[in-house]
Amino acid sequence: MHRTVRKGLFWKFLRHKSGSLGLALSLVFLLMALFGPGLAPYDPSAADYSHTLSGISTQHWLGTDNFGRDLLSRTLVGARYSLGIGILATLIGAGVGGVWGLWSGYAGGFWDSLSMRLVDVLLAFPGLLPAIGLIAITGPGLLPVIMASAFFSVPIFARLVRGSTLQMKERAYIEAAHALGAGSRRVMRVHLLPSVLAPVLVYVTLRIGTVMLIASSLSFLGLGVQPPTPEWGAMLSDAQLYLATDPLLAIAPGLAITLTVLGLNLLGDGLRDTLDPKLK
Amino acid sequence: MLAYILRRLLEVIPTLLGVAVVVFLFIHALPGDPARLAAGPDATVQEVQLLRERFGLDKPLVVQFVYFLNNLARGNLGNSYRDGKPALLSVMNHFSLTFWLSLIAILLAALVGILVGIAAAVYRNSWLDLGATTLAVGGISVPSFFLGMILIYLFAVNLRIFPVSGGQGWRGLVLPALTLAAGPLGTIARFARSSLLEVLGEDFTRTARAKGLSSPVVVFKHALRNALIPVVTMTGLQFGFLLGGAVVVESVFNYPGLGWLLIQSISARDYPVIEGLLLVFALEFVLVNLLVDLLYGVLDPRISYA
Repeated sequence: MHRTVRKGLFWKFLRHKSGSLGLALSLVFLLMALFGPGLAPYDPSAADYSHTLSGISTQHWLGTDNFGRDLLSRTLVGARYSLGIGILATLIGAGVGGVWGLWSGYAGGFWDSLSMRLVDVLLAFPGLLPAIGLIAITGPGLLPVIMASAFFSVPIFARLVRGSTLQMKERAYIEAAHALGAGSRRVMRVHLLPSVLAPVLVYVTLRIGTVMLIASSLSFLGLGVQPPTPEWGAMLSDAQLYLATDPLLAIAPGLAITLTVLGLNLLGDGLRDTLDPKLK
Repeated sequence: MLAYILRRLLEVIPTLLGVAVVVFLFIHALPGDPARLAAGPDATVQEVQLLRERFGLDKPLVVQFVYFLNNLARGNLGNSYRDGKPALLSVMNHFSLTFWLSLIAILLAALVGILVGIAAAVYRNSWLDLGATTLAVGGISVPSFFLGMILIYLFAVNLRIFPVSGGQGWRGLVLPALTLAAGPLGTIARFARSSLLEVLGEDFTRTARAKGLSSPVVVFKHALRNALIPVVTMTGLQFGFLLGGAVVVESVFNYPGLGWLLIQSISARDYPVIEGLLLVFALEFVLVNLLVDLLYGVLDPRISYA
């Protein structure tokens, strides 16, 4: 893309109020994920049984949990787990689904219909079900929750990229590449991939938020990241027992997830409005 | 129309067959021995072996799949390993609870979501629009388990208006339904806004305004009817998601619906019930999609089903 066009789009994005707010929120939580462990005043997993459920104090700004662990430190470090899982799982889902969709759309014919029927079958299980199903097989943990959340996005990206590939492969420049003797792999990698990437990138931003909600839901159900790891969904699961007496235990990680996902959704909407003038 | 419905129903069969294969393979990939679990911790090796033969688990996988399809075709999913009752009966007993919860949630989400969407579109770029849009994105962004916990804290623990757990008459339905409605409400409001904005810019709405019709008449009588068509599709799809996606909300409120049953059955490795649940989830999702397509024609007479 030409530099002036890029600069113009950048200013256009900054004029998008909610998009800019989303960018700011996302940056705050991204910085928290990068530097949270350094900023945390206490070790997030260190129990202190003499200060359990202490409430807000000058030593513990957000109080402590039932093991006497500092809630602020756990929330700060939790950003790395929750946002990290969201980003990693979305990228894996987009990568696998993208290759699938690119191949399916390019191959066409029988293999395309067969692979799209498989996508239909995978999409026939709504909501969290595919992710829960996968974890039922592998058992809970950090890696299974990343794989399950990624798996959840694969058919969606496969369908999206296949659609774009079908449109693009009829263009004259692809025909020209074939005429010049380029092989299928080269056409897919060098010519098709860059043109289908733009819509995928916007969707990736919108998707990270959804994937974060899925992953934290799994941890909340006890199927994802296990205690004492300070993942926000797992922290909310622990907080359930103390809801009546210490609601802050739920509010801190709950607000953290909500604001991160809100930021990513607003950012994704802003990017879509800026990059695709047809959609308003 | 009838031919179209029949064709669409026939098209559903390969998808459902694929679903059956995925469900069967999934069940057999689950770790743990269901015969051992069903026999209990004190059972001897012989007793476990007997149970394995009774469940047909000693047969090769292909033979088990043929049995599975054969039984499926007759609506027989076998008996629950836990209580020995037919698995389908168990699924159906919990189905109505999830169905009513999802139906109330989707009606609430559609009603409020459409109104919020109309307000945002009519007063575009105003503070009302910004508030409505923020509310909509907020609804999509808040995790249902967090919203559920906040509602429990406010209305059950502090104000004591509603019970903490669901499934106790209509009052037990209010908080879970509100929690479940938040996500779809946001999606429907955003969709209604953009759809109405598009229609408000079209020639026929401009003509209606040029005739001197008042703004409410233009919006409600002319624009809304056309703008609602894609919103109906979105609402239907969301309903399909709710039926299978109530797992988390049912867990927060300890509401004994299908999602709750799924978590229980997975931990007990109750194969027949898990099979039944997954098949019912997939079937209802596919049928809801079909119904939405048919509803399209009712709302928009231009769509023909030739």
